[in-house]
This record gives sequence, structure tokens and C-alpha cells, in this order.
Amino acid sequence: MGTILFLVVVVALILWLVSAYNGLVALKNQTVNAWKQIDVQLKRRHDLIPNLVNTVKGSMNFEKDTLDAVVSARSRAMQSGAAGGVNVKETAAAETALTGALGKLFVVMERYPDLKSSQNVRDLQEELSSTENKIAFARQFYNDTATNYNTRQQQFPTNLVAGLAKAEIAELWEIEDKAERAVPTVDLSLQKPQG
Amino acid sequence: MTAGLNLFEQQARNRRLTVAWMALFILFFGWLGFGGDLAMYLAAAARTEGQVPYRFPWIGVVVTTIAAITAWVSWRKGPQQVLWSTGAREVQAPQSFEEKQLVNVVEEMAVATGLPKPKVYVIDDPDPNAFATGRDPQSACICATTGLLAILNREELQAVVAHEMGHVRNFDVRLMTLIAALVGVIVVLSNGMGRLLRGGGGRGLGGLLGGRERKASGPLLLAALVVFVLWVITLILAPFISRIMAMAVSRDREYLADATGAELTRNPAALASALQKIETHEAPTTHIKEGAAHLCIADPLGRDVNSKEGRLADLLATHPPMAMRITRLKGMAFQQLKAAGQLPTA
Repeated sequence: MGTILFLVVVVALILWLVSAYNGLVALKNQTVNAWKQIDVQLKRRHDLIPNLVNTVKGSMNFEKDTLDAVVSARSRAMQSGAAGGVNVKETAAAETALTGALGKLFVVMERYPDLKSSQNVRDLQEELSSTENKIAFARQFYNDTATNYNTRQQQFPTNLVAGLAKAEIAELWEIEDKAERAVPTVDLSLQKPQG
Repeated sequence: MTAGLNLFEQQARNRRLTVAWMALFILFFGWLGFGGDLAMYLAAAARTEGQVPYRFPWIGVVVTTIAAITAWVSWRKGPQQVLWSTGAREVQAPQSFEEKQLVNVVEEMAVATGLPKPKVYVIDDPDPNAFATGRDPQSACICATTGLLAILNREELQAVVAHEMGHVRNFDVRLMTLIAALVGVIVVLSNGMGRLLRGGGGRGLGGLLGGRERKASGPLLLAALVVFVLWVITLILAPFISRIMAMAVSRDREYLADATGAELTRNPAALASALQKIETHEAPTTHIKEGAAHLCIADPLGRDVNSKEGRLADLLATHPPMAMRITRLKGMAFQQLKAAGQLPTA
């Protein structure tokens, strides 16, 4: 009787160990994958920016500073991404700066009616604001996934297996600056004319 | 009341309810199949002593086989049939700015949920509406009318697509396809067995149940009769009851999808204003037939019952009252503002 009880306890323990370990590994991979999804969207944005800049350059000779800011913010962001891309804080800072520069460009563009009415610009702007949204949502998804992973590896009793599964706390992509966070709320909704 | 619950509590509550409903559906289904056998068995036992001659539950087995095949076929073909019946066309290369925007917004929501991007469909219909269908997130389709694309701004369109994506992520599309298949099977079975009872099959059953030729033991025969009568009544009411059950599940799912949509965009106010716009444009969506009504974000048939509250409306509506949904969303928006400390202090 005692032996059977002992065996049952051992088997239950092993089963728990396996499921806790596998659960942590699955969450870790989900977190890595969620980070890759942000990367995909960031690359897309980097690719779109030269198009936009070339399209508006002609009409916006007077706003050279704004355009230059976007271009240099883009190259800085690309550098920090190419550096290995695991440093969440650095990438986040560079990309947030790029978001800010783009936001300013969009505000300035509002002042040029011929730009706004151009179908090409409108398509590009829709494409870029959609990419901005995707970045934001991918970040949201990454943060949710990473929080889930972090919580799990800290909770008892899963924390006992955390070392075994080589679980490490995943860094969240936070937006530190309140002012920068406010920039993307520029009206890019591209509302259709009423009627 | 549930208005005070946060997003996650609402989801958990709705999931529990759905599990309960599905269990009821399966029980109901089992009764429909094996209840007849029970009546036959009891009747046979009443007529004979010792060995009971009715040993094989053939009604149950036949019913289950037919049901399984029919359900499987409509499970596989259901989503395509729904799309086909509404005349939806897939957007592969966007033709207009609106379509491009719809595709973009669907992509955004796919990113937000971390799911594969659903196929995008458009129906050429001036009435604003949208629905999602499919068996799982991999095969999901999101469909919007051109009327919807015309009246909503980007944020509102995003909110509606988030609501539909909520249906996909919460596996509502699977549940709804499954329920549609089950309801279809029950209707078919009820019709078929009704015909069988009225025709030759009825005589056979009656003979077994009547059992005058030998000494029948009273209580068992009575039990057989009671079970048989109950079974016939269920058979007659089955299509009606199963529809009511499907509607109840559908209504719960709408609240849950509203909550999920708000969670994805973190913008419940946009969904509230989208629903308000859809509500004021209310006119029957001519392209969406009854079969797909329970999938839509707003009742496409413009039935009065969906705007009412109370017992009868609770039974018959596929959607919760629009006013209630908008109120709940505005409640979420209020809580969000309060949490962010952005409310003016009175």
C-alpha cells in the first residue's frame, strides 16, 4: 500500500515537472516569436519611409528639417535593429523617435492641400499609418505575451522549474516619455468627405 | 448585473455559459437518439419475462450515424456556404481605397491577436454590417458590406473588425459553425423521424408499444408510454428548441466579442460609436439571409425583437439589444478614462 502511494506521488511529480517545464518553454518561444512580429512591422516601416520621402520631397522644399529628421531617425532605428536586435530598450528608444519624427511630418503635410489630395500620397499615408498601428499592436501583443511568461516563471511552484527551463525575465517594450506617447494621436484617420 | 465586471471576468463568465449550453445541446441530442430506444426497450421488457428481446439500440445508432455524417458535411462546408449565400467576394487585390483600408485593418487586428490573417470578403450591399465565419483561426473569414466601409471612419472600422476578430480568437466562429451544423441536423432528423412515425415505421413502433397479445406488466408499460410520449414531443419541438438554444449562445457571444474587441484596440468608445452609426442606418441587409443572421455584428434582418428586452426577446433574439451593448461599451470607456486618471473631477 505504502509503495503504491509512493509510486503515485512520484509519477504525479514527474508529470507535473514535465508539464511545467514544457509550459515555460512554450511561453518562451511565444515571447521570442512575438518579438519577431514587431521586427517584421518595423522593417516594413523602414522600407516605406524612402517612398514617402521621395514622393513628398518635391512639394515640401520648405520643410527640409522635418524630412531630414525622418531620414536620420530611420537610419538610426535601422542601425539599432541591425546591431543584433535583442536590446529591447535601445531599439524601443530609436523606434519611438522615428514614430515621433513621422508624426511631425504628417502634421506638416496637413498644411499642403495638393499633397493631401494626391492619391499616391493618400495611399502611402494609409500604408504608413497602418504600419504604425501594426507596430503598436505587435508591441501590445509582445508585452502581453512577455508579461504572461514573466508571471508564470515567478509564480510558485513553477518558479522551481524556471532555472531548469533556462527561463529569464523578458524585458517589456515600454514607452517612457509621456510626450512621445502622445505624438501618434495626430489625426491620421483619413476621414472620407461627408456626404 | 455584469456591467461592473472587467474585460477578463466577462470573458470567463461567457465561456462558462457556453460550455453549459454545449453540454445541454449534447444531452438533448443524446435524448433524441436514444430516448426512442429506451421506450422500445421498456415496452419489450413489459411484454416479456426474463430475456428482453430488444437488445440493440438501433434508433440511437441510426440517428447518431446520420447525424454524425450530416453534421460533418455541414461542418466542413458551412463557412463556404454562408459566404456563397451572401454573395460575398474575396478581396485579394484591393480595388479601392476603402478595400485597401479594410485589408489593412484586418491585418492590424491579426497582429494584435497574434493570429494568422483571416481572408477578407466584401458584400456589395449599402446596409452596414459585418460578420466572421470559419472553423478555426486558420480558416477564418471576415466579411464586411460596402455600406459599412462607406459610413465608418478608420477607428470605427478598426473597432468593428476587432469585434469580428474577437469572434475568431474566442473560437466563436468554430462554435457558431458547429451549432449551425447541429441545429441543421436536428431539424433534418426531426422532419425525417416525424415522417417515419406517420408512415410504416409508426405501425411497427405502435405494435411494439401496444403489446396486447401477451400479459404486459403494468408499471413497465406505463413507463414505456411516458418515455415514448415525451420523446415524440421532443421530436416535434426539437427544431424550435435547438434554434432558441443557438440564439442564446449567439447573444452571449456578441457581448464577449464586444469586450474582446475593446480589449484589442483599447478603444471601446470607437466600437460604441460604430454601433451607433450602424444602428441609425438600420435597414435589412438584403444579401444576408436568415442562415447567417446570427453571425453578424448587428441583426441584418432588422427584426424588432432584437431591440427589445424582456423574456420573449431574450428567447427569440440573435443579438442583445443595441442600446445595452452601447451602454456597456461606454461603461468600459469610462472605466478606462478613470483608470488613466483623465476624468475631470467633479
